[in-house]
Amino acid sequence: MTEFFQHMINMVILGSTYALLGIGLTLIFGIMRVVNFAHGELYAFGAYFLYFVAVLLGFDFFLSLLISIAAGCILGALIEVLLLRPMRGADIDTTMLIMIGAMIVMQNTEQYVWGGVAKSVSTPFPETPLVIGSFSVSWLRLFVFFAALVLIAAAYFLIHRTKLGKAMRATFQDRDTASLMGVNIQAIYMATFAIGSSLAAAAGALLGPVYVISPQMGNIASLKAFAIVILGGLGSIGGATVGGFILAFSEEMGAGYISSGYRDAMGFLLIIAVLLFKPTGLFARSERIG
Amino acid sequence: MRRFLPRIALLALASVPMWLHDPYLLNAFITTGIFIVAAMSLNLLLGYTGQLSLGHVAFFGIGAYTSALVSLGFDVELIGGFRVIHERWPVWLGFIMAILVSGVCGYIVGKLSFRVRGAYFVIVTISFAEVVRLVALNWVELTQGPLALTSIPPMALGLPGLGEFEFFSKQANFYLVLGVAALSYVIISRLVNSRIGRAMVALKENESLAVSVGIDVTRYLVLAAVISAGIAGAAGSLYAHYLKIIDPDVFLFLYTVTMVIMVITGGKGTLAGPIVGGLIFGFIPVAARSFATPEIQWIVYGLFMIVIVFVLPQGIVPAIEKWFSVGEKPRVPGPADANMQDAR
Repeated sequence: MTEFFQHMINMVILGSTYALLGIGLTLIFGIMRVVNFAHGELYAFGAYFLYFVAVLLGFDFFLSLLISIAAGCILGALIEVLLLRPMRGADIDTTMLIMIGAMIVMQNTEQYVWGGVAKSVSTPFPETPLVIGSFSVSWLRLFVFFAALVLIAAAYFLIHRTKLGKAMRATFQDRDTASLMGVNIQAIYMATFAIGSSLAAAAGALLGPVYVISPQMGNIASLKAFAIVILGGLGSIGGATVGGFILAFSEEMGAGYISSGYRDAMGFLLIIAVLLFKPTGLFARSERIG
Repeated sequence: MRRFLPRIALLALASVPMWLHDPYLLNAFITTGIFIVAAMSLNLLLGYTGQLSLGHVAFFGIGAYTSALVSLGFDVELIGGFRVIHERWPVWLGFIMAILVSGVCGYIVGKLSFRVRGAYFVIVTISFAEVVRLVALNWVELTQGPLALTSIPPMALGLPGLGEFEFFSKQANFYLVLGVAALSYVIISRLVNSRIGRAMVALKENESLAVSVGIDVTRYLVLAAVISAGIAGAAGSLYAHYLKIIDPDVFLFLYTVTMVIMVITGGKGTLAGPIVGGLIFGFIPVAARSFATPEIQWIVYGLFMIVIVFVLPQGIVPAIEKWFSVGEKPRVPGPADANMQDAR
């Protein structure tokens, strides 16, 4: 039983960062109809930028986190303007190929700049874990959890309570009508990609110090983000949040009770199962797939 | 002239081992040829039916592992203490088994994943490839996991009355790959110029219209997936018996990306496209090896892919065809031209 609760604690912490990844991707996929293969690379970018600012430049850890998130935002805006804006109106396969190209370039640039050796970031949190009864959780992981929750809440607030969020939701529902109502579609797309990218970078910057930072970390993150989005249904922030926790739950259970080698297979099996049996996602709304 | 172009190209390629003796370059030709076969099979799905299958490397890898395991033999215990012992079989049987097993996998994946389209199809296919990779990595008893399957025998062909011929030298492997590539080319060109091929193109252009004129979409898509997977499996088998070692990295997404780049650059939906694209990307590393690290090469690949999509979205082969046809007078298309239209 103790083991089970320890898995649950891990699941909650992992799930919160997965939710961040998923929310970023679901916004981009839902609003822009772009299959963002570079999402995982933005996640890795966040982690490497944290390493760069906190370790190499010696900035304060918390300030470095904020800088990394901002850097992810700027990079996302750049990618949108340079690569996606000229291809507006192209079919989904075309933008997918462009994003695969971007993914390859980003991943190998990381490999080239930082080398294949994994990097680690030290944090100001105490080494000794917090122990309650028979459970223990490290302070860093606890911080990651709460920081992720704050970011999820911020994303939710942005989409549901601000004017920008309203415009984004309008664009998601009907791009042409939103445009007729005076919504600047180009600006909305850029904002969407920038926000999605900064959430991915935030997830990377938060998880980077928990694990190690390597050029391969983005590889699987993209696919996990897709799993989360598909679980939750397209364009739904609530769905992506729940999807993140479901993925983390199945990974923890798979790793804990089946075999740790198949941890990453859980997400893929979930994707295949959901798409085959309930292709609109577990929390289906009116969205219908093409 | 155009009708004879494939034969001229085949003859030119067949002469290569006669004047080229540099083992490094011959090796580049062989691996490029194997990837061209895989790219041709991907082109059948991507170019002719319009389905972007990004899990294509799964069939390549399944072919490689099947062929290696059939010719090496294995001894595994399944769930419930049920033991499966397989003795070594001749290598050419491994090659056939690779095609069959990959084709069956193509059937299953096709049946399941063609329920969804577009981005969802792409993600199902990638997920499938990743699951297969993780199985290859973790089922150590069968696949040796990360330790790799080693000392895979070279391809061998039993000729009645003449004994067995082993494809051991680079020259022999070159002709083997060339032969398989030519055969795949013929199969694919026959297929796409047939009724089936026209049905595939029809449903790529407009699926609802194709359905309305009575084309059984799923049937044709699955058929394309089976043939495509079978050819990819053949390429995988060649790869395993040429390298003589195979590890779970053969399932990496980057290999799918390589095939996709070859098809897109050369021109998807053209017979010559994967060959042209394959030769370009097969020999970029050869030309760049002295001054560029693998990372730089991949960065160039990625940029190339973006530039091609921006500048030549149809690929090189259609652009060249267009360039050559500018000077020609417009004619009334005869039956021969109609055939060529289909081939495009």
